[in-house]
Amino acid sequence: MAFIDYYKILGIEKKSTQEDIKKTYRKLARKYHPDLNPNDKESEKKFKEINEANEVLSNTENRKKYDKYGKDWKHADEFDKAQQQRQQSHGSYQDQSSSNFSESEYSDFFESMFSGGRNRGGNVKFKGQDFNAELQLDLKDVYETHKRTLTINGKNIRLTIPAGVRNGQVIRIKTQGGEGLNGGPKGDLILKFSIANHTKFKRDKDNLYANVDIDLFKAILGGEITINTFKGKVKLIVKPETQSGTKVKLKGKGFPVYKKEGEFGNLYITYNVELPTKLNEKEKELFNELAKLRSK
Amino acid sequence: MSKEKLILVNQLCAHYQVEVSLFSELHDFGIIEILTIEDSYFIHEDKISVVEKVVRMQKDLNINLEGIDTVLNLLDKINDLQTELDAVKNRLQLYED
Repeated sequence: MAFIDYYKILGIEKKSTQEDIKKTYRKLARKYHPDLNPNDKESEKKFKEINEANEVLSNTENRKKYDKYGKDWKHADEFDKAQQQRQQSHGSYQDQSSSNFSESEYSDFFESMFSGGRNRGGNVKFKGQDFNAELQLDLKDVYETHKRTLTINGKNIRLTIPAGVRNGQVIRIKTQGGEGLNGGPKGDLILKFSIANHTKFKRDKDNLYANVDIDLFKAILGGEITINTFKGKVKLIVKPETQSGTKVKLKGKGFPVYKKEGEFGNLYITYNVELPTKLNEKEKELFNELAKLRSK
Repeated sequence: MSKEKLILVNQLCAHYQVEVSLFSELHDFGIIEILTIEDSYFIHEDKISVVEKVVRMQKDLNINLEGIDTVLNLLDKINDLQTELDAVKNRLQLYED
């Protein structure tokens, strides 16, 4: 196990009093406590570190051992015993303490703090740690309710993803988190959806928005166009003299409403009138004629 | 309200090693609702996570109930703001590209 500088973690000096340690610990705990920093993994890690530092330094005996033996402080009793034996047989002793502090990974002292093994404060039962996960889906995936298998901490969880979940939406799946403490119930799985949109539609809640190009002649004279929606092709009547930017509402052709089966938002189409380019002489002549006619 | 989803306050006190008075104080603060059925006190199971949060904040952080109430209100506000932020971000995508 690598050495952790508990004094550095708490930001205190080696000569700090027990009162200083207590005060500093309380201050840092209030800042990094997981209940005050939900879904913040960095804070949770920091909280574990300061808890570990406090557990060692707030206990006078452990602190003495830690100060003397550094990373091997847990084996202090064995060292002392060996030292006594050595003194008896050789009369000499090599100091085992270490001051080679290094920035390293967090130790396993509190490994079980949030996963069920450690007993905080007697036999109090606590619910296990809530696991946080992000599920990346495509917009097309969430148009319909479907099942999906997720692997969380090596465990396969089969989930039903209801149609209409939104980007950034968080759902809580009960008892799929960490083991409880002292026989407490399991934590929950908190799942955040990240939904990527690779379609031509824009989504706002349950409504969909799309731009549709129509040619000048259809815009002026009217006609029929076919557009693709999530539900398949839909025929639309374009009214004569439709302006560019005109919006039409297709009721119920939007996105399914979350957990409301059979309910859908609307699809809003905005027409973009495309002007013809690369006109030939004859076309230019006809447009000129039209322009003259319009200016009279 | 279905009684199946209610948990006896006395059971919770034994479970979390706290006094019954904590629950009545939480009720007074409006943090949980205590229901009385046939002379027994219950809380809804949905409130268990709040009770656990309160117990942890008391034991780990020494925060009194006034402080916990304030923290819970602020956490609710943060949660609402996060939801709103997500909705705004989603809406902003309408104008991007």
